Amino acid sequence: MPANRFNAFTDLGIGIGLRVPHYRHILDNKPTCDWFEVISENYMCDGGRPLEVLDEILEQYKVVQHGVSMYFGSADKLNREHLKRLKNLVKRTKTPFLSDHLCWGSVDGTYSHDLLPMPYTFAAAKLTAQHVREARDFLEVPICVENVSSYAEYHVSEMTEWEFLSEVVERADCGMLLDVNNIYVSSRNHSFDPYDYLRGVPLERVGQMHIAGHSKYEKYILDTHDHPVLDPVWKMYEHVIERIGPVNTLLEWDAHIPSFDEVHNEALKANQFVARVLKNGNGLRNRQRERHEALTV
Amino acid sequence: MTIAPAVPAAPRRRQTLGELKELQKLAFSAIRRQLTPSNSMQRTWIDGRPAAKVVAEFIKPNERLTSLERIELYNKQYWFRLLDCLYDDYPGLRAILGETKFRRLRIAYLDQYPSKSFTMRNLGSRLVEFIEANPHYLALRIDMCMDMARFEWAQIVAFDGLMLPPLVPDDLLGRDPEKLTLALQPYVTLLEMGYPLDEFVLALKKKSLRAEASNAMEMEEQSSSRKRTVRLPRPQKIFLGVHRWNNSLYYKRLEPGAFVLLNALRDGQTVAGACAAAVESAGEQDVDWAGHIHGWFQTFTELRWLCKPQS
Repeated sequence: MPANRFNAFTDLGIGIGLRVPHYRHILDNKPTCDWFEVISENYMCDGGRPLEVLDEILEQYKVVQHGVSMYFGSADKLNREHLKRLKNLVKRTKTPFLSDHLCWGSVDGTYSHDLLPMPYTFAAAKLTAQHVREARDFLEVPICVENVSSYAEYHVSEMTEWEFLSEVVERADCGMLLDVNNIYVSSRNHSFDPYDYLRGVPLERVGQMHIAGHSKYEKYILDTHDHPVLDPVWKMYEHVIERIGPVNTLLEWDAHIPSFDEVHNEALKANQFVARVLKNGNGLRNRQRERHEALTV
Repeated sequence: MTIAPAVPAAPRRRQTLGELKELQKLAFSAIRRQLTPSNSMQRTWIDGRPAAKVVAEFIKPNERLTSLERIELYNKQYWFRLLDCLYDDYPGLRAILGETKFRRLRIAYLDQYPSKSFTMRNLGSRLVEFIEANPHYLALRIDMCMDMARFEWAQIVAFDGLMLPPLVPDDLLGRDPEKLTLALQPYVTLLEMGYPLDEFVLALKKKSLRAEASNAMEMEEQSSSRKRTVRLPRPQKIFLGVHRWNNSLYYKRLEPGAFVLLNALRDGQTVAGACAAAVESAGEQDVDWAGHIHGWFQTFTELRWLCKPQS
């Protein structure tokens, strides 16, 4: 698996998101799972049951933090109270790296609690990258930014989403949490080729990938995280790991959550693609070639 | 669904930082606008213009959805997510008010007090303040609703509030009660209520874990078909400590004197002063107050409610 500086040189394997309905099963049975992703905000509290559960999980499993409300793209300054609490959690979990979304979601201190799409402008890219750098400097762990699914676009955009993502991660010199389900959802909602997206971003910066299910409606697709992963998304996943080799991978399942085993088994389907890529040697060859090119530039 | 070729962006000039901020303000004002009774986006903008015209100025349409329909997805999601959070956090208030009144209250509250915190855990932090100022949302059961709102916020605090190092007997050895001050754990809330809402809530539902944050899209607000099945309580004054033990939520009934004593300690009175306040509030002399107070302190210490005051 490609351990790189964007994921603190970790080779975690296939994980799932830690969710409340699975707490009891995990704590009682200690099932095998390569790693868990935890929603940071759920544990940025002062005490009680959430931290007790987290501590028990940390005794048994590798954990990586994933945030939902840093809002790197908001024109507001970063929330210092949020950062302080997040840093306390980083010390507790010893997360090797953390992730949050390439979006905005607050205005003048009022929170939407949603992942709102960015206008793809150079001013927004510059500000967002600055916020990522500020957060990383404060938290002292690598940060990967995740592309979000979206349902609206702005007239004011000056570039494509993948150009914007590239601009941000290059400026911030950070990693990407590449969510291939989000790319697929947005590609259908905004009528672009998802493989143009994959060809347009610096895949060597991928520190982690997300896979998930979505829901189709007559006029749009929603990122509902309440289904198994659909075939087009698995194909995109395979496409990426063919290019860069297997990478830290996580299945998100947030609504209508089935049993732990069902979620975990869905995640482990990723191993079929990993095995195929390793057998063909594509990922390794590409990685070796990219490393060679990097050394000779 | 058909895939049309992507339309290249062709801005006249580059956006400035100030324009980014203004765009986000404008988009957020659209997303935060109250939905219509049929859960659609309002068709008229704040200034009377057609909302479709205003939104079309900053949101692109596509071949299937208008600009308004695209932003409406976010508008709905904003309200559904926040309304659902309060729905889960205030089951008792919902049971008293009924679905319709409770929904009206939530909408009005969120309109006046949108979230100012990165976590939805704090969404209801000003609900008591809001209903004190707007009792007309509560119809006839104002006192009961006020008690319930305070009680349910206390449960949120007790669930994951801060726990300081609890007091141990050594902390008290040789200390002068005339000078000694103690504090209550931050996660403990003391409530004086006009109704036995602890029994009412236990009958409704015993909730031990809060739902967690997730930003996955939800298409519908939570079901409003749940009916009240527990009879509303009759008036009865009770004193309650809302707390946690081994990280599970508990409500402990308190004797009136114990309630006065704890409040006095929380207010910064010395141990001797708090004990005197408890005795004075009872107005009874033929009671073994020393034994009573000893028992209370034993209980509070066992429950780990007491701690050293923070400077």
